[in-house]
Amino acid sequence: MRHIISLLMENEAGALSRVAGLFSARGYNIESLTVAPTEDPTMSRMTIVTSGSDAVIEQINKQLNKLVDVVAVMDLSEGEHLERELMLVKIRAKGEDRDELKRMADIFRGRIIDVSNETYTIELTGAGSKLDNFLEAVGRELILETVRTGASGIGRGDRILKL
Amino acid sequence: MELTGAEIIIRCLQEEQVEYAFGYPGGAVLFIYDELFKQDKVKHILVRHEQAAVHAADGYARSSDKVGVAIVTSGPGLTNAVTGIATAYMDSIPMVIISGQVPTFAIGEDAFQEVDAVGITRPCVKHNFLVKDPKDIAETIKKAFYLARTGRPGPVLVDIPKDVSNQKAVFEYPESVSIRSYHPPGKADSTQIRHAAQMLLEAKRPMIYAGGGVVQGDASLQLIELVHLLGAPCTNTLMGLGGFPAGDNQFVGMLGMHGTYEANMAMQHCDVLLAVGARFDDRVIGNVAHFAEVPRKIIHIDIDPSSIAKRVKVDLPIVADLKLALGELLDVLKSSKQKPDAAELASWWKQVNEWRVKGGGMRYKNSTEVIKPQYVIETLHKITGGDAFITSDVGQHQMWAAQYYKFNKPRRWINSGGLGTMGFGLPAAMGVQLINPGETVACVTGEGSIQMNIQELSTCKQFRLPIKVLALNNRYLGMVRQWQEFFHGNRYSESYMDALPDFVKLAEAYGHVGMRIDNPADVEPAIKEAFARKDDLVFMDFRTDSTENVFPMVPGGKGLSEVILAEDL
Repeated sequence: MRHIISLLMENEAGALSRVAGLFSARGYNIESLTVAPTEDPTMSRMTIVTSGSDAVIEQINKQLNKLVDVVAVMDLSEGEHLERELMLVKIRAKGEDRDELKRMADIFRGRIIDVSNETYTIELTGAGSKLDNFLEAVGRELILETVRTGASGIGRGDRILKL
Repeated sequence: MELTGAEIIIRCLQEEQVEYAFGYPGGAVLFIYDELFKQDKVKHILVRHEQAAVHAADGYARSSDKVGVAIVTSGPGLTNAVTGIATAYMDSIPMVIISGQVPTFAIGEDAFQEVDAVGITRPCVKHNFLVKDPKDIAETIKKAFYLARTGRPGPVLVDIPKDVSNQKAVFEYPESVSIRSYHPPGKADSTQIRHAAQMLLEAKRPMIYAGGGVVQGDASLQLIELVHLLGAPCTNTLMGLGGFPAGDNQFVGMLGMHGTYEANMAMQHCDVLLAVGARFDDRVIGNVAHFAEVPRKIIHIDIDPSSIAKRVKVDLPIVADLKLALGELLDVLKSSKQKPDAAELASWWKQVNEWRVKGGGMRYKNSTEVIKPQYVIETLHKITGGDAFITSDVGQHQMWAAQYYKFNKPRRWINSGGLGTMGFGLPAAMGVQLINPGETVACVTGEGSIQMNIQELSTCKQFRLPIKVLALNNRYLGMVRQWQEFFHGNRYSESYMDALPDFVKLAEAYGHVGMRIDNPADVEPAIKEAFARKDDLVFMDFRTDSTENVFPMVPGGKGLSEVILAEDL
């Protein structure tokens, strides 16, 4: 099953490689991994999307907690949570396609952030599945380039991951 | 007052009351060695290869309750140390390794003797640090010792660039240190302990399975009291030997791949299993699915949550310091009015004793023609009164030492259980001998393993370490040969060693005493003579039966009850 795991870790050189190394050494899946410093500059927040049986997910949580640089771990998918991913996508937009693609971007609440004679670059935010749907709607033949950040997640309401 | 980084490092080691540091000098640690030279509190043991420095620090830690310390230079010094570090990591041994690094301005430029020490060791340390500023050295070393010895112990590496060891900073050694992301477990949860006590009291076929955590956690006395109170059979893992006395009636021997029949059968057929400081690894319970076929309740007490429910499902997990948790469990059991059901317990012991008879304990057919390796270990046990520190290398001799030397005390059996590192025994024995002066230290080895770190005979001479080396020389890499015999159609691919050295002359060349023993009748007199030479390292080359195999054996991937006993073949 797909799980989205959030963690706080020391904002130190090498901390990211400890997490990434743990996943590769123990053969766990990483679907995506995002990381950036928090409002407290000594800490970084990471979101990992992974998948595995309950036993594997339990081990992932325990092994992450065991890393000395990891301050706190939360499996967001164990409760209510929000998940967003940012995508920048450059598409071929010529002739009559231009209006159609503009409408499509609007429907998906995307924004066109760069325009050339033959291309649009669209910014789109949402759950991963929404981004997938947009790409499918546009059609592979028009897609020139996609950049995705991977999912970032946060608990709903009072679910807070903080030191 | 400002001190150089190197002075600070040595002052930190002094503050930690490090008596011995094991190491090898080189370019990146020259300033550190210069400071070592100027003082005499931290004694340095110059090994002949960095792997041996780490194994010696490891033996030092295992046979005491101290943190081992090794110092190595950058590049090859560090890479040579990696096998030792991984060995300590797998067996959870507290250790601090100080490695030199190229100067900070040269890092990343492929400088002479540069490797990414933090990167290379990351998967085999509890934690590691690269210190880039001399003012961070003291706190980092304090943290390293704290991390190494608390929680589930392990090796911690501190990598120090050469310029950092030469720059100055104010020295102040912190009294204590806290790490906001690190909280080693303490007492157990009292509800869980009461629950565990109830499960154990209601058990019809209780079994206690204790591992290296009991030895490392100094929880042996609590374990003994608990086993006696419950009246249950107790088994030890390879790492746990000595944690429960082998001479006790309730001890059913070591379990696992080469464990006793009764230990493995009791493990398989018990109804409540108490696992203490053990991790159900593949060499212990074999096939997980086969183990799960028999329903049983499992209580697992361990200091490391990730050891619990890793390979088998656990009914009651208890994350705690073992000594505290077992103490709490004892208190609850003692204040309880309940006792385990005597009739059920008697019928369980009847069954266990039947397995004892069927398995026959540890047995082999002795010979007057050729030396049986098991006989050498039995004789070693007899001559040393079961009271020696025994280190071993890896292979058949290791299993025979584990099976036939009956350990009654913790920290006496020193072997590489997790990583299975050949070449561990002799350097580990050096560390053991140094921290236990005057005690009897023997290294049981094979002609294969000993050659992986034989250069340390030179270190032993320099520091007058009177270790007794017992090489069970069967001319084969015995465990490899055994598997080839059982599972690879007797094709002894590269497991025979031709052109072995004359070990007697070799020992003499290093300035030691060498003995060659060919006849069974000479085994006991030779061991007696060797151990009577209190001040000498004696190398005993026993020419043993080259076809002897280790039994019982649960083949890889099989279940605990699918054992091959000696008479099955």
